Amino acid sequence: MAGLDELRSKLAADAAEIIGRYPKSRSALMPLLHLVQSEVGYVSQDGIRYVAELLGLSEADVSAVTSFYTMFKRSPVGEYHVGVCTNSLCAVMGGDAIFADLLEHLGVGNDETTPDGKVSLEHLECNAACDYAPVVMVNWEFFDNMTPRSARDLVDDLRTGEKVEPTRGAPRLCTWKQASRILAGFPDGQAAGGHTAGDPSLAGLRKAKEQGWTPEPAASDNGGSR
Amino acid sequence: MTTILTPALTAHWDQPDSFTLEGYRRGGGYRALPKALAMAPDEVIGCVKESVLRGRGGAGFPTGVKWGFIPRGDDKPHYLVVNADESEPGACKDIPTMMNNPHALIEGIAIASYAIQANTAFIYVRGEVLHVIRRLQYAVAQAREAGLAGPNILGSGFDLDIVVHTGAGAYICGEETALLDSLEGKRGQPRLKPPFPAAAGVYGSPTNVNNVESIASVPWIIQNGAGDFTALGTEKSKGFGIFSLSGHVTTPGQYEAPLGTTLRELLGLAGGIRAGHRLKFWTPGGSSTPLFTDEHMDVPMDYEAVAAAGSMLGTRSVQLFDETTCVVRVVLRWIEFYQHESCGKCTPCREGSYWVVQLLQDLENGQGSEADLDKLLDICSNITGRAFCALGDSIEPSVKSSIKFFRDEYLEHQRNGGCPFDPAASTLFTLESAR
Repeated sequence: MAGLDELRSKLAADAAEIIGRYPKSRSALMPLLHLVQSEVGYVSQDGIRYVAELLGLSEADVSAVTSFYTMFKRSPVGEYHVGVCTNSLCAVMGGDAIFADLLEHLGVGNDETTPDGKVSLEHLECNAACDYAPVVMVNWEFFDNMTPRSARDLVDDLRTGEKVEPTRGAPRLCTWKQASRILAGFPDGQAAGGHTAGDPSLAGLRKAKEQGWTPEPAASDNGGSR
Repeated sequence: MTTILTPALTAHWDQPDSFTLEGYRRGGGYRALPKALAMAPDEVIGCVKESVLRGRGGAGFPTGVKWGFIPRGDDKPHYLVVNADESEPGACKDIPTMMNNPHALIEGIAIASYAIQANTAFIYVRGEVLHVIRRLQYAVAQAREAGLAGPNILGSGFDLDIVVHTGAGAYICGEETALLDSLEGKRGQPRLKPPFPAAAGVYGSPTNVNNVESIASVPWIIQNGAGDFTALGTEKSKGFGIFSLSGHVTTPGQYEAPLGTTLRELLGLAGGIRAGHRLKFWTPGGSSTPLFTDEHMDVPMDYEAVAAAGSMLGTRSVQLFDETTCVVRVVLRWIEFYQHESCGKCTPCREGSYWVVQLLQDLENGQGSEADLDKLLDICSNITGRAFCALGDSIEPSVKSSIKFFRDEYLEHQRNGGCPFDPAASTLFTLESAR
């Protein structure tokens, strides 16, 4: 694991770029914590020291921010962090069954990692994809309309290294560390790839096209909009 | 047939390159920005005021009026902050908007920043949506390269730096002052208002915080004129907005329609409730809005009519549940969410959410009593209006409305010694086939 000196030498240039984005340096705190996670895999104590040193803050300041946000982890997670939405709508539509099934299948508890370090499991709050319920996230990529079986196959593939593609996301699934680097503001060149508008995203548009409906008044003179 | 849907923001999502600069331009994009830059900033604000665009993040405050609060001729830098922290249970419109049409947001940001004379704009996007973040980063880079962002936009002399800032998993950061603290590198806790962000926002400077859909609607308004926008919608709720249908509906998804559209109309287009079932309850605007039932299918979904019928339009996050669903289970899970997301700053929300969860857990497990319902209502009414921010106020609506409409269902849990519903009956899949 990267110690303080290693973080200093490895991350200096990236950290400077992040700090340079903001009118005031403290705004760089959260992206810097994402950057630490991209190197260490979680926010280590050395990571906290490093960020504190960069921004001229106390370690207590940085710890306080770290512990406030659920995406900052204080202990290692899997190479693939699997989140199952169990907020009301996804839970009802099958998220509870999927999560229960994965707990048993992986033999881990909530927020725990498989012994091979490949997969960690967490139940999530709403991930803003309710029209694709039930939803599972892997390293913050969308896996839509899941079932217990497809979720189990997914984590099996992640553990054996099979190619896994998100329903809406980049064609090449990032590892946790790679994803953290994007969150820190360093793109991986995959923005243009992948399927992104599934059937629910297009549901209204398709209906409107069938009917020739548009918002422009000229096109809606057949009775008009209210 | 009368026009029901009005795809504007969603109009080109079926194009494979809708998220690129080229794709956006092909659909008519970036024609509003030069038009706006040729106007005086106050004229742009005037046009948005005239459109009566109301904040699409839930509160419904007039966007142009909000912009008008930013001081003129002061010596402090101004900031635009886009609230892209969409996390309210049921809300799922901003995420696909940014995934499929990020340039509408970027163009709106450029116009809004010019209007309020901000040279720096932040997009505060929730962290749990990796591909959306990639798309935003890409769109900002493309816009910059094309001279649509960065120094001297389109030769106008106006400079704009756009920063994509990634959150880290905290619903409270959707509250605008908590968002500002988070953006400043602090714990995301709400600030006492006043001062409002327009006077002292990020770094103590005049700041406008607007929702993604509000800002992304601005180019259409500038391009087509405020009159075309006000021609849609109802008397006080003008224009179009995205209605997000989810849950036990045949064709869930995003339906962009004039404000004032009814659930009956939307369900007619979405194939109705899933086959063999009937609507039991729904939210017009996400988990913080009072429940509606099948009696409310003809309520025009605008700010006024939904409020008059006892709920709130919120973010038009229409979550639909059929008769297989236990309302106690649904409400409990929502309140567990608010408990988890309470920032802990104020006592009514921090403690109250825990008490409400405990009572709801007992009720769901059949260990509650009728007196617990009164206790629940009493605690909830002591949170509402006494919490620091709107998160605390979000606890009461679903609890109170579910007791109002389904009181006997709560009591049935007690008589039954547990939840009388089979959760397997509510899932999208049959458990046998999915295992």
